[in-house]
This record gives sequence, structure tokens and C-alpha cells, in this order.
Amino acid sequence: MRLKIIVTLSVLAGAILAWNLYRIFLQVPDEASQGAIFRIIYFHVPAAITSFTGFYIGMFAGVGYLLRRDLRFDSIAASINEVSLAFATITICTGSIWGRIIWGIWWTWDARLTSYFVCLLIYFGYFMLRRAIDDPTTRARLSAVLSIFACVDIVLVWKSIEWFRTQHPGPVLEIRGGGGMAPGMESPLWWNFLAFLMLAAALILIRTRQEGMRREIDALRRYANAF
Amino acid sequence: MKFLRRTLAIAAKDLRSEIRGKEAVNASVSFALVILLLFSFAFDLEPAVIREIAGGLLWLIFAFAGTLILNRSFARELVNDCLDALLASPLSGAQLFLGKCIANYVLIVIVECISLPVFVIFYNVVPQRLALLFVVMLLGTWGITVIGTMFSAMTVNLRLRELMLPTLIYPMLIPALIGAIELSRVLITGAPLAESLFWFRVLVAFNVVFTILALALVEIVLVG
Repeated sequence: MRLKIIVTLSVLAGAILAWNLYRIFLQVPDEASQGAIFRIIYFHVPAAITSFTGFYIGMFAGVGYLLRRDLRFDSIAASINEVSLAFATITICTGSIWGRIIWGIWWTWDARLTSYFVCLLIYFGYFMLRRAIDDPTTRARLSAVLSIFACVDIVLVWKSIEWFRTQHPGPVLEIRGGGGMAPGMESPLWWNFLAFLMLAAALILIRTRQEGMRREIDALRRYANAF
Repeated sequence: MKFLRRTLAIAAKDLRSEIRGKEAVNASVSFALVILLLFSFAFDLEPAVIREIAGGLLWLIFAFAGTLILNRSFARELVNDCLDALLASPLSGAQLFLGKCIANYVLIVIVECISLPVFVIFYNVVPQRLALLFVVMLLGTWGITVIGTMFSAMTVNLRLRELMLPTLIYPMLIPALIGAIELSRVLITGAPLAESLFWFRVLVAFNVVFTILALALVEIVLVG
């Protein structure tokens, strides 16, 4: 059943991405002031939203562990956070490429970029902490607490664009009070978001299964060592 | 009332043992002096430049030197299994945490009160609004202390705790540090304060949010 879901999600995500690539590169015209490079927004923004969504769902999975004390919740939380970290890395890399073309620099210590980098560092810390703890229940407990702290910090990240002076482009999409994109330009972005979410879900399911297997192996190893 | 009494008992215990041993404060002050020395090689010593970046330098010193105290906070209880004894006592996790927070806070403020005058003498920067700067120091230090003590509790049983603590807390502290640095810069240079008042709110919000969060979650971290 789980394998079927993974395959279905991956195939659907692949199909949507392929269709979207066609639309993004062949149908959508260049943006008036930025030229061809603006197309990176179709990957940058969905990856960013996916990573944020993931970090929050990861936190709820952590809270789920704290309430139910079931290690499966911890596996889910760890998998979600790991996949979200991958998407966060994609966001920072694509943003950096865009910055090189438009601003002429790979990186600037602008508030939004800095905060996003801070967010990335916090989650690197999350995985460092997980690696440093051997006992599975302690690991689950502490990483759940850390992810709650991290998510509260992310709120500051999210709000930073309104709080600080920033070079980062202001909100573009209409739902965030931006002016919106030209008709026909915005829809590939939402489709890409859907595809990214499905891809993330498939990856998370694969990772959760690996985590479950690892727990089983650990249990067997402990059982074998007991004799 | 009982909560407060027990919290203060822990704080008094920690402070008393620190006053007798002085190991954390000595290390922290010496470290602060070393950083002060290193800064003199790191940048141009033009008075105008130093005034502009003094806020940032001060908070780097406070954050780095503070970590040494925070690292010791729970680690000192490992000897003779004192931490287990404390957890087995009628104290709640929140009382233990808050007590340790208060002790750490006092110690870090002491280190700051020593390093600030040394900074003023070494770099010839006289803060324009000293009283307000002190308020900012008190606010910013509480943020460092709450996050630091919480993560000190989380990492106390890890092999690499001396390494883990700074790696985990500095990214978390960024909002508080930015606020404190920005306010200190304004107060040292004597620039108009009105535009930066917003940062006071950020600092207070950071402190309130993370204090409540830490008090709510510390039981899970310490006991399970």
C-alpha cells in the first residue's frame, strides 16, 4: 500500500513537473525587467513554501511524539525535517543564482537571506543533536523540543521581510498582498508547488520507512546483545 | 510563594558555589579580555569606526563569554550525580530551570559589568546614554540566559556538549542579538532613539516568548 502511494505520488509529481517545465520555458514569456532569469521564481518560491510547510508539520509530528510517546512520530518528524532541509537548501541555491544575475552578487547580508540562513543553521543543529544522542527516546524528546524552539524562531524569519529594511523583492503573489503576476504567469508556480509537495511527501514516506527499518534493526541488535 | 522560594534556593546555591570556586566567572572574564585584545588586531582603530561598530563588538563579547558560564550551569551538577539528586528532590523542572537561569543571569551581568568599562578604556568609546545601555544589557542578557540555560539542560549528557551548545544557541539568539546590537549602537553613538524603539519591543517579545516556552518544556527535557 505504502509503496503504491510512493509510486503514485512520484509519477504524478514527475508528470506535473515535466508539463510545467514545458510551460515555464516555452509558453511563459520573459519578464519585462528581469528577462529569462525570472523563471527561477517557479522553483525558488515553491521550494521555500514547501520547506516552511515541512518544518511546521515536522514540529507537529514532534509534538505528537511528546503527547503520545510513540517513536513512529519521531521517525516522521525526522524524515519531514530532513526533506524540508533539502528543500530549504534548494531555495537558498536558486535564490543565490538569481541574486548573481540581478544583483550581481551571490550573497548579501539582507535580512530575509540572513534569517533564512539562520533557519538552515538551526536545522543543521537539529540533525547534529540527533546524531549526538544514542538513546532513541531521549533523542526523540530533545529533538521534538528543539523543533518547537526552531519553529518559533522561524516565525521571526517569516515576519522579517516586514520588520527589516530589505533588498529582497517584496511579496509578489496576491495572497501575500503583492501586486500579483501577469495572467498566465502565476499558475505554473502553484502547479510547481503542488508537484514539490507531492515529491516531498514521497521522499518523506521513503525516509520514514527507512527510519522504521532502522528502529527494527536497532531493536534486533539490542536483543542479540542481550544474550 | 513556595515556587519563588525554591527557585531562589537553587539560584542561591549556584551563586554560592560560584562565589566559592569562581571557576566559571574567572574563565569568562579572562575570555572576554582575550577577545577584547583580539579585536584590536581585527579592524581599523579609527575612533569613528569603533563608535559605529562598538555595539556589535560588545554583544559578541557578551555572547561568547556568556557561553562559558552557560556551559558550566548544568555540567557542574554531573559530578557525584547531583543532577539526579536535584531531579529526585521535590523541585519541579521549572523551579530548577528558573533558579539556574537567575544564577546564570547574575553571573553574566557581572561579567558584562567588568568587560564594559574595560572596553570603554581600551577603545576610548564613551557611551552617550549609559543608563539606557544598561537596560538594553539587562534585556539582551535575559534572552541569552534563557535560551542558553535551556540548551545547556538539553546538551548536558552529550559527549560533545561544549561544542554543541554554542552551535545550537547562536543561531537561535540572532533576533535578540540583532535587537541588542542595534540599540547599543544607537545608545553609544548618541543617534536619535525614536527609530530604534521598535527593537525594544523585539527584545521584550523574544524574552517573554522564549521564557514561557522554556518553562513549559523544561520538564520534558530534564525528566522525560
